[in-house]
Amino acid sequence: MEEKRVLRYTMTERLIHWLAGLSYIYLLVNGLFLWTPAMWWMAAVLGGGPLARATHPWVGLVFVAAVFYMYGIWRQDMKVTDTDRRWAKTIGSYVRNEEEVLPPTDARRSFDQWAPVDRFNLGQKYFFWAMFWAGIVLLLTGMVLWWTEYLPWSLRFLRYVSVILHPIAFLVTFGAFVIHVYMGTAVVRGGFTSVIRGEVTESWARHHHRLWLDRVLRGAPARK
Amino acid sequence: MATKTLELKASSASNSPSPGIRSTAVVAKLIDTSACIGCKACEVACQQWNDLPPETTVQLGSYQTLPEMTPNFWNLIRFNEQEDDNGALHWLMRKDQCMHCADPGCLAACPAPGAIVQYNNGIVDFQQENCIGCGYCIAGCPFNVPKLSKTTKKVYKCTLCVDRVSVGLEPACIKACPTSCLQFGTKEQMLQKANSRVNQLKAAGFKDARVYDPQGVGGASVVSVLAFGTFPEAYGLPADPNIPLSVQLWKSPLKWIGSLAMIGGIVGTFIHYLRFGPKIVKEDSAEEAAKGGD
Repeated sequence: MEEKRVLRYTMTERLIHWLAGLSYIYLLVNGLFLWTPAMWWMAAVLGGGPLARATHPWVGLVFVAAVFYMYGIWRQDMKVTDTDRRWAKTIGSYVRNEEEVLPPTDARRSFDQWAPVDRFNLGQKYFFWAMFWAGIVLLLTGMVLWWTEYLPWSLRFLRYVSVILHPIAFLVTFGAFVIHVYMGTAVVRGGFTSVIRGEVTESWARHHHRLWLDRVLRGAPARK
Repeated sequence: MATKTLELKASSASNSPSPGIRSTAVVAKLIDTSACIGCKACEVACQQWNDLPPETTVQLGSYQTLPEMTPNFWNLIRFNEQEDDNGALHWLMRKDQCMHCADPGCLAACPAPGAIVQYNNGIVDFQQENCIGCGYCIAGCPFNVPKLSKTTKKVYKCTLCVDRVSVGLEPACIKACPTSCLQFGTKEQMLQKANSRVNQLKAAGFKDARVYDPQGVGGASVVSVLAFGTFPEAYGLPADPNIPLSVQLWKSPLKWIGSLAMIGGIVGTFIHYLRFGPKIVKEDSAEEAAKGGD
């Protein structure tokens, strides 16, 4: 029997997710060859160092715009709640996939061991906020580095702050990005499809986002 | 500029040792500011030898040509007025240019392989064909020297006339200087001359006369004699120049910690997958599904 599906991400949400995701990957590749000469070969992949340097700030603006748009549509869904804090207490068993060992029926009952999850779990929320705040730091420091030749000598401390904060903020996003991609593709099967075609099965939603599914089945919109 | 591989001491963003095996004397330019008359012949000689397009001068209310150096103006005589303890006014002139640091901050900060090189003779040179225009050298330099061109998006600065020096000629500015305020030779010779000039100045009553050879950047291949050397700021020079701390932190600990963390993150997720594998949701039975969400 074909299982019932629910809409998890609207077309707009999927588009903005991939705008952020693909621009981030471009910026990552572009930034890595500036991070270390061991990655310099990536400059050739992007059309050479000078071109990559010229495009990096513009693609950065696209990334930040996408993240800010997400903030606009998702900030309610991304609020950390008391339920999340309860969920955090059992995060060890989530990481060890301990809910997977039980047969589906028992597994569903066993959810009571875990706090139910709304539209996004705590990890997803932390990922979003990491990208949001790091994105702001990257934007501000990036502007200084972008227009560095216009910065007067008297304001050079801005340059000094930026050359160190830009890579630190990048490292934060990199850690978040690796975990996000790993969880979304390898671990949580169905997650990747959900952000491509937008739909998940009810079992999937019940398993991973029970509070959210309950709301949606009551007729509430997918987004808060 | 011509690359002399056997005399290449350091190259920006390089993973391997530099090939310079020739031992050559470190050269230096001596700027005796106490003998400068502000004629700006050096400015003209620099423009002429390097065939740089003329800059529109800026009226600053002083004799200074421009507020600071530009991508096609690498040699600027700065004019400063300084009152001494007795209330006497001194008119200070200093030739501003790249210092050719022994430990160059520009080279340390540069992410583009081979865009900034240092030769065994101490000359630090920009290789514009390798420059990507990021401007990190501007952050690395404590002397406000590298200038990024808005049109070419490359950085430029004094080459210490590496093309002339490598064929045994002195830099163009030295040749043009009418008072021997500018001299050129080995670093050792120039330091000797600088020290004897400082002693001469001290004997003449300039008790604060000093040689300016900043040790924070490992010494420089441009050495200045300052009559008021205890206060180099009066000449527009930093008292204790260093490669900015944030550039040092970024290029050394952060780079290694960050690289390890990135590799660790990727390896960590891989090991996690080997150990715990995926979360696969099995379909609920029809009966269970009908019950709905508890």
